Amino acid sequence: MLSALRTAGAVGTRRLASTQAIASNSEAPKGIATTGTPFLNPSSKAEYALARLDDVLNLAQRGSIWPLTFGLACCAVEMMHFAAPRYDMDRYGVVFRASPRQADLIFVAGTVTNKMAPALRRIYDQMPEAKWVISMGSCANGGGYYHYAYSVLRGCDRVIPVDIYVPGCPPTAEALLYGVLQLQKKIKRKREAQLWYRR
Amino acid sequence: MLGSVIRQAVSRQIVRNSPISTTAAVAQTNQTGDKKESPKKPTIWKIDEHKRERLANFGKYAAECLPKFVQKVQFAAGDELELLIHPSGVVPVLSFLKGNHSAQFTNLTFITGMDVPTRKNRLEVIYSLYSVRFNARVRVRTYTDEIAPIDSATPVFKGADWFEREVYDMYGVWFNNHPDLRRILTDYGFEGHPFRKDYPLSGYNEVRYDPELKRVVYEPSELAQEFRKFDLNTPWETFPAFRNQSITSGYETILEVAEPTPATPQNK
Repeated sequence: MLSALRTAGAVGTRRLASTQAIASNSEAPKGIATTGTPFLNPSSKAEYALARLDDVLNLAQRGSIWPLTFGLACCAVEMMHFAAPRYDMDRYGVVFRASPRQADLIFVAGTVTNKMAPALRRIYDQMPEAKWVISMGSCANGGGYYHYAYSVLRGCDRVIPVDIYVPGCPPTAEALLYGVLQLQKKIKRKREAQLWYRR
Repeated sequence: MLGSVIRQAVSRQIVRNSPISTTAAVAQTNQTGDKKESPKKPTIWKIDEHKRERLANFGKYAAECLPKFVQKVQFAAGDELELLIHPSGVVPVLSFLKGNHSAQFTNLTFITGMDVPTRKNRLEVIYSLYSVRFNARVRVRTYTDEIAPIDSATPVFKGADWFEREVYDMYGVWFNNHPDLRRILTDYGFEGHPFRKDYPLSGYNEVRYDPELKRVVYEPSELAQEFRKFDLNTPWETFPAFRNQSITSGYETILEVAEPTPATPQNK
């Protein structure tokens, strides 16, 4: 969250471009193209205020997703490509952290073995709240090539809850980038404050 | 002066003792040979007949020196020397190959296992050695069953430590005198030896996170769909050139010791 506030200012300029892209999507809530928020029909003034609070919160969070590198196999190489200048994840405020304590996101990039599963869970538990998981590649999604092997976990969602699955073997860096953009979209619709008010 | 004399003496000794040392003359003949066979495809491994002969001689020499342990000397795949030895001879044979001045197999490339369930001694342990001095390789093969231990090669090669741990892990061969024989690759608390032929592909247990216990738990595996084995045979013959060749056709026996050593590891 701290990291989110730090880069929140920088993202504001980019928001215009991303909202235009969403405008063509028929599933997007009506009016999102002009306002940039998915929360458009508040029932009361308090809800309106909390919707705006959510907007700010989500803007900050999705503008600086700091992922943890969890490269386990060849997918890790594509993850590195995503970090390298061609796909340059830094422009989305995505910056690799080496410690789970500083991370908002974990890329599970590669085959998760049974021996690695407790470690993966522990790393996930160490991440501070408001955390997301991107499962990258066939092996992390569902075991993939090693689905029937005796030593491989059949999908990392057996151990940690996954937000975005990126298919591919390995997925291209572009696919991973798309996965991160999808995660940003998901974060945009998070209604934490509104749900707190309703309860 | 003195140095050249020594060098001459040493080289003469090498020529006499070592069937595998290469000389300048060999290199020259090779070069001319290459020029003649230029239309041959470069991707095909060319067997160096001279070197092969030297290796064969060395194999015979090793069998003469260690008659108690070497049961068979053979070539695999044309020019790969193999010594088939009795399991009690691992340390002597390896130290012979390492220490013999005309061989100097000082590099242990790998140790691996093999499981052939139809054999009486179903497990095989294979040591591959490399001689940096003579650019030659030799494989030492020995056998055992599920129970009988083999002597560890760690007194001869320090690097054998983890290889033997791996063979123990995957095949369940027990190595005597090993400094730290425990599993190396598989999960903590893993049971069974997965490279044995009777080990099922999908194993016995699977892992998931239990939100109530708040830890990763092991459960007997339940597969939504069994592993499907596809018969990929085609009506067309894939390699007609190898129609009459079996998998062992690449083996060529150089020397077979008539009376194999009596004791099998089971009778120990």
